[in-house]
Amino acid sequence: MMKTDIRSYFPILNQEVNGHPLVYLDSAATSQKPTQVLEAVKHYYEYDNSNVHRGVHTLGNRATDAYEGAREKVRQFINAKSTEEVIFTKGTTNGLNMVAASFGRANVDEGDEIVITYMEHHSNLIPWQQLAKEKNATLKYIDMNPDGTLSIDQVKEAITDRTKIVSIAFASNVLGTVNPIKEIAAIAHAHGAVMVVDGAQGVPHFHTDVQDLDCDFLAFSGHKMCGPTGIGVLYGKKEHLENMSPIDFGGEMISTVGLYESTWADLPWKFEGGTPNIAGAIGLGAAIDFLETIGMDAIIEHERNLTRYAIEQLNAIDGVSIYGPQDPTKRSGLVTFNIDGIHPHDVATVLDMEGIAVRAGHHCAQPLMKWLKCTATARASFYLYNTEADVARLIEGLRSAKEYFADVNE
Amino acid sequence: MSMNKLDQLYRSVIMDHYKKPRNKGVIDNSNVSIDMNNPTCGDRIHLSLQVEDGVVVDAKFEGEGCSISMSSASMMTQAIKGKTTKEAVELAHVFSEMMLGHKHDDSIDLGDVEALSGVSQFPARIKCATLSWKAMEKGIKEANL
Repeated sequence: MMKTDIRSYFPILNQEVNGHPLVYLDSAATSQKPTQVLEAVKHYYEYDNSNVHRGVHTLGNRATDAYEGAREKVRQFINAKSTEEVIFTKGTTNGLNMVAASFGRANVDEGDEIVITYMEHHSNLIPWQQLAKEKNATLKYIDMNPDGTLSIDQVKEAITDRTKIVSIAFASNVLGTVNPIKEIAAIAHAHGAVMVVDGAQGVPHFHTDVQDLDCDFLAFSGHKMCGPTGIGVLYGKKEHLENMSPIDFGGEMISTVGLYESTWADLPWKFEGGTPNIAGAIGLGAAIDFLETIGMDAIIEHERNLTRYAIEQLNAIDGVSIYGPQDPTKRSGLVTFNIDGIHPHDVATVLDMEGIAVRAGHHCAQPLMKWLKCTATARASFYLYNTEADVARLIEGLRSAKEYFADVNE
Repeated sequence: MSMNKLDQLYRSVIMDHYKKPRNKGVIDNSNVSIDMNNPTCGDRIHLSLQVEDGVVVDAKFEGEGCSISMSSASMMTQAIKGKTTKEAVELAHVFSEMMLGHKHDDSIDLGDVEALSGVSQFPARIKCATLSWKAMEKGIKEANL
C-alpha cells in the first residue's frame, strides 16, 4: 500500500471542487505534479535560466548541465544504452510523428505494410495512416480478442515479410490492456520490421527497459508521469537514429552550415532543432527522481490494487459495463465503463458536482469506440496519489448519478 | 447544495425531451439535410428540414449523444416548425446568447427551449446544447432557402 503522505507532495489535491474535496481520477489524461517538480522548474527559472549548448558563461553551463543531466536520468530510467538514443520532444504525439516522418518516409515503400491495432490512440494511428496513403502502403490492424487483449497468434497472422513497421501501445488508454511488447518485437524482428512503442500509458506506470523489450523506438510524455506539459521523449536505437534525417532544421542541430550545404550535429542533438524545452526537461528529470524514490514496482502494484477494488465495486452496480480485461494483472491503472441509460457526459457532470474528476468521451480513440460499438465512455484513471477512499467516492458518486437519473427519468 | 445546481441543468422538461424526443427521424426528400458532430466528445446529429416558401414546415433529427444534446435537438425542431428560415436563424442567435449567459431578447418566446438556460452554468456542456442549433443554422445557410 502506498503511504498516504504521498498526497502531501501534491498541493493541487488539497482543495474543494463544487463544495467537496477533490477526487482526481483523470491521470491518464494528465497527472498532477509534486512539489519536487514544481520546485525544480522554479529553481531553474530563478537561478539558472539561460540557453543551452551556446554561451561560455556560467548560467549557460548550469542550464546545459541541468538539461543534459535530465537526459541521463531518462536514459537510466528506461535503460537506454546511451544518451545519444534519448531525444527530447514535445510529447508522445511529436515523437511518433517524428518516427513516421523520418524513419517511415525513408523505409516504407509501395506495397509495404504497417501494422497497428484497433486500440491505438489517434496519435499512434493517424501518422501511420497518412504515411500509408503517401506511400501506397497497406495499413493493417491486428484483430483483438473480445476482452480487448491481443493474442500472439493474431500478432503472428498480421505481421509478414512485407511488414516494415509495427507500432503498438504499451498500454491502451481506454481498455487498460497492457500489450506483450517484448513478444511482439521479437515477431516483428523475425520479419525484418521495426517495433515502435507508444509508451504514453505505459512508461508512467511500470518499469520500462528498452533493451529488455528490444523495441526500436519508444515515445512517451512527461506530463503523464508527474512532469510538466510540453516535454516528452523519443527513444530510438542508435543504428536507426544515425541513418535518419532530421525533421526540424535550424539552430542547435547543425555541425557546419554553408551557403548550399549543411551537416548535422551528433546524436541526439541532430533531432533537437531550436531552443528546447529546458525547464520541461529539468522538471521531467525531477519527476523521474520522485517516481524512483517511490519505486515503479510499488506504483503499478498500488494502481492494480485500486483497479481490482474499482472493478469489484463497479460490477456490484446494476447496469454498469466495464471495457477491457477483467483481470487487473493484465491492465494498467484505469477503468473505462458505461452505465445503462445514462450518457457518459451526464455521468461526468454529476460526478463533477461531487468534486470527482473523470474523463468522458471517445478518448481520442474513435476506431476503438467503433470496435466497442459505442460512441463514448466514462473513464476513471488512477495514479500513485489515489486512494481506496477515492474509489469509494467514485462508486458513491455513480450510485447517486443512477438515483438522480432514475428520479428525473420518472 | 450541488444537487440544486444539477437540477438547474437537468430540468424535468429537458429530461422529458430526452426520454421522449419530438420529431425523431428523417424527412424523405427534404430540401435541407445536414450532418454535424462534436469531435471532442463524439456526439452526432443528422438534421433534415422541409422548407416551403421560406417557412420551415417540417423538421426531424436523428443522432447519438448525451441528454443535453439530444433534448436540445428535440426542442430546437419543435421551436422552428412554422417559423420562417430567417426567424429560425434569429432564434439560433438568441439561443447562442443564452448559452453564453448574456441577456437575450426576452420578447421572443422560447417555449421549452428556455429550460436549457441552466446549461450556461456548465461551460463543458455548452457545446452539447448548441450542436443541433449550429447544424440548423449551417443547413439553412448552405441550402440558401
